[in-house]
Amino acid sequence: MTDMIEPVSPDTLANGSAHVRLGSNAGQPLTRADGRLKVTGRATFAADNRPDGMLYAVYVSATIARGRVTHLDVDAAKAHPGVVEVMTPANRPPLARDPDAKPHPFALKVDALQNDRVRYAGQPIALVIAETLEAAAEGAVLLAPAYAAEPARMDEATGEIFATEIAGFGNPALFEKGDVEAGLAAAARRVEARYTTPAQYHNAMEPHAIVAAWEGDRLILDMPTQAPALSTAEFASFFGIPPQNVLVRSPFIGGGFGSKAFATGPYLLAMLAARMVGRPVKMVHRRDQQFGPVGHRGATRQTLRLGAAADGRLTALDHTALSTTSSFDDFLEPAANASHNMYASPAMRMAHQGLRNDVGTPGAMRAPGEATGSAALECAMDEAAEACGMDPLAFRLANYAETDPQTGRPFSSKALRECYTAAAERFGWSGRPLAPRQMRDDEGRLVGWGMGSALFPCPMFEAEARATIHADGTGTVEISASEMGQGALTALAQIAADGLGIDGDRLDFRSGDSSLPNGGIAGGSGHTATAGSAIFTAGADAVRRLAEIAVADEASPLFGASNSGVEARGGRLHRVDDPSRSETYAAILSRAGLSSVTGEGKGARDPAAAESRAMFSHGAVFAEVTVDPDLAQIRVTRLVGAFAAGRIVNPRLATSQLTGGMIWGIGFALHEETVYDPRTGRPMNADFAGYHVPVNADVPSVEALLVEETDRHVNALGIKGVGEIGITGTVGAIANALWHATGVRVRDFPVKMETLLG
Amino acid sequence: MPLTLHLTVNGEAHRVDLTDPRPTLLDVLRERIGLTGTKKGCDRGQCGACTVLLDGQRVNSCLVLAASADGAEVTTIEGLSADGALHPVQAAFIENDAFQCGFCTPGQVMSAVGLLAEGETGGDPERIREGMSGNLCRCAAYPGITAAVMDAFARMEAAEGERADDRARTEDRARQGEPA
Ligand code: FES
Ligand code: FES
Repeated sequence: MTDMIEPVSPDTLANGSAHVRLGSNAGQPLTRADGRLKVTGRATFAADNRPDGMLYAVYVSATIARGRVTHLDVDAAKAHPGVVEVMTPANRPPLARDPDAKPHPFALKVDALQNDRVRYAGQPIALVIAETLEAAAEGAVLLAPAYAAEPARMDEATGEIFATEIAGFGNPALFEKGDVEAGLAAAARRVEARYTTPAQYHNAMEPHAIVAAWEGDRLILDMPTQAPALSTAEFASFFGIPPQNVLVRSPFIGGGFGSKAFATGPYLLAMLAARMVGRPVKMVHRRDQQFGPVGHRGATRQTLRLGAAADGRLTALDHTALSTTSSFDDFLEPAANASHNMYASPAMRMAHQGLRNDVGTPGAMRAPGEATGSAALECAMDEAAEACGMDPLAFRLANYAETDPQTGRPFSSKALRECYTAAAERFGWSGRPLAPRQMRDDEGRLVGWGMGSALFPCPMFEAEARATIHADGTGTVEISASEMGQGALTALAQIAADGLGIDGDRLDFRSGDSSLPNGGIAGGSGHTATAGSAIFTAGADAVRRLAEIAVADEASPLFGASNSGVEARGGRLHRVDDPSRSETYAAILSRAGLSSVTGEGKGARDPAAAESRAMFSHGAVFAEVTVDPDLAQIRVTRLVGAFAAGRIVNPRLATSQLTGGMIWGIGFALHEETVYDPRTGRPMNADFAGYHVPVNADVPSVEALLVEETDRHVNALGIKGVGEIGITGTVGAIANALWHATGVRVRDFPVKMETLLG
Repeated sequence: MPLTLHLTVNGEAHRVDLTDPRPTLLDVLRERIGLTGTKKGCDRGQCGACTVLLDGQRVNSCLVLAASADGAEVTTIEGLSADGALHPVQAAFIENDAFQCGFCTPGQVMSAVGLLAEGETGGDPERIREGMSGNLCRCAAYPGITAAVMDAFARMEAAEGERADDRARTEDRARQGEPA
């Protein structure tokens, strides 16, 4: 486990933190601060709001993927009792920003009834507002849209393939190092394989939901968002109002996984609806409406070419991806980029192309790029290990990257070797037969063991926080952080208490509201690091101000100590040279006649560190599967992962994040797939009966071990991130275990029984 | 077709006047009575987020037409614990970190309470996983959920055992003519 009492190096913090240390609260495996609210049903999610006078809105989803809406029976809908208004492109109030514009690189085009075109199934084409949910739903049915449909382009044969310079969020689509063809030519062993991954939909248990209300030109929104403060500017730009006129309240997010970070068309329509009727409007997506306008993980076709010398060392690594996007926007799943930083190879090439299909625009879904790309990479590495006659773990160790293969920079920290050792030992990997089909369980089922390496970058965004020490010695920390299950309200409060040098029960942690200082984005596994840094420096800043008052006050036992000669603990300042001389925060403030003292802090990556180091969380995942030899029924009987992610703020919550990610790996490997009707372009399985995610019975044994890692470069707190990495090694580990059980290489996800039957 | 429903929810009598017969029990609880602890994840009986006890049985309340539940007794997550004390299942959920975002949690907790009342699991993890598989958790808190249900099972068994012992002792004393 990470060393929890490691002092923060003060020189790298934006504000002086010499007085406070991480470790009294941070590092403790506390249960969730919001646990009681969540088990009693009192945690309020967006759809739980019912302001007075509220109406219900239901939007109509296009049932074709391409064409035009030629008719909507507005009269029939309006005639239905309870229906108040119907919004179509004909009467949709104007927006100040073109929904098809991209004013900044992260903006996605949205569908907000700008015209009668349909460009994917599930696109909103009208909206009904009614007194009751039932009336709105019925009104939506009565609109009975008629279409002029055009043939849907749903595959490589019909869609346009295009070159691109950008993959994912602004990443270069091409990376080349050395001579890949020469490396392959010189290799003693070569592997070439093609992998496919399907469109996947986030399907957080909480459907997208919004309650929108206007107070004059102020917009009040109850909605789940992974970026409360940042989203105000986005929404404001659509209505031509200043960002401070938008209030977003998002105390709890019922799962986001990347789908709740962006403005969407349906959300804009709900805001427009509220303006149209002059009353608050609630709009909650139906489950099938989660398939379309809220992003998804785009399908990929990936080709891996690996060359290895006789000793197993890679001579070339070539990873190309064809990523599917919509017909009208450009987000491409950056799958090949997952090979940038994992294994040492003298020659590397990672390249992307785009494929335009008539689907909604994909976006970030838990480990975008890394999940799809590492699935293919880890399978290909396994095939290469087999070609070299090597144990898969030994093969990976032979290609261990001591420095970042992409940039040549040293890693800020990398305890991957320790992860391999810890997970392999716990799993019992040694003695695994090299050849497949060698193991059976008591019931005669085939048993296979496989492994994969896990990796995820440690980005930081920008965040601000405010910390206040009150006259009674309690503290308040304010930041618009996002609680979406990762445990922000718990872990960030632990950091906040340490930043203020007080006990956790003396802290009031305020979050989840856009009027608070910008907490950045809960995404990219960077929220705890970014928001945590802002919070900690804000607390340290407040304590510094308090220390200045105390050391200058003759009546204080701290008088005369230099400002850096005092430190904060348990709500008191102590002299460093004589810790018995101390004074409570309350006493210092009361003598100074102050009711409070407030500090501010920012969290962001230190640019110098970013230039000099490569920063990643690492891990290793081992999987055991059983396969029925006659029916090919698959069970993942055991998963063991070990992860090194810098300082762990709360081991209990981090472990849950990691096991949750690993179980997403099970879903990726075996369950999740959107099947589109090739004629209409409509998802045929847009519900939980057809779109399978793991259930409890699919998960008999999943374990995540935390490997100690101290990182002095990633940020002053040494925090990396654990939200997404769990999925990355797991998919490959399961696929490789399936080969080991059956001798069949599986290259198309999700793996189906029929593939194993051959 | 207006109709009037009588429901006892968490021990409290409710009269609900409906303008039409379409609402589900889930929507009546959430949108009419204002008990929003019960969640809607799919509205199709496929996720379990809306699980409540209907006359003691766990049901997906999105699949129950409210009109068909006239006269029924309903227990929702809000009615599970009295006077601020947590039900053993609730306490075990917190201790075993059996949730992340918490959206599925009211349904999971009610489903676990129902499952334990059904008395079929014998505390066996495999049967618990099976019995809880109608409740999806996209955060995938399944290891914690299973551990929590096992934990709650053990606690409730122990408490039941103590109660049985107490009863036996009281009866013994009564038989021997001692004051209880
Ligand atoms: S909401 Fe009832 S089962 Fe999903
Ligand atoms: S805790 Fe998030 S869906 Fe279960």
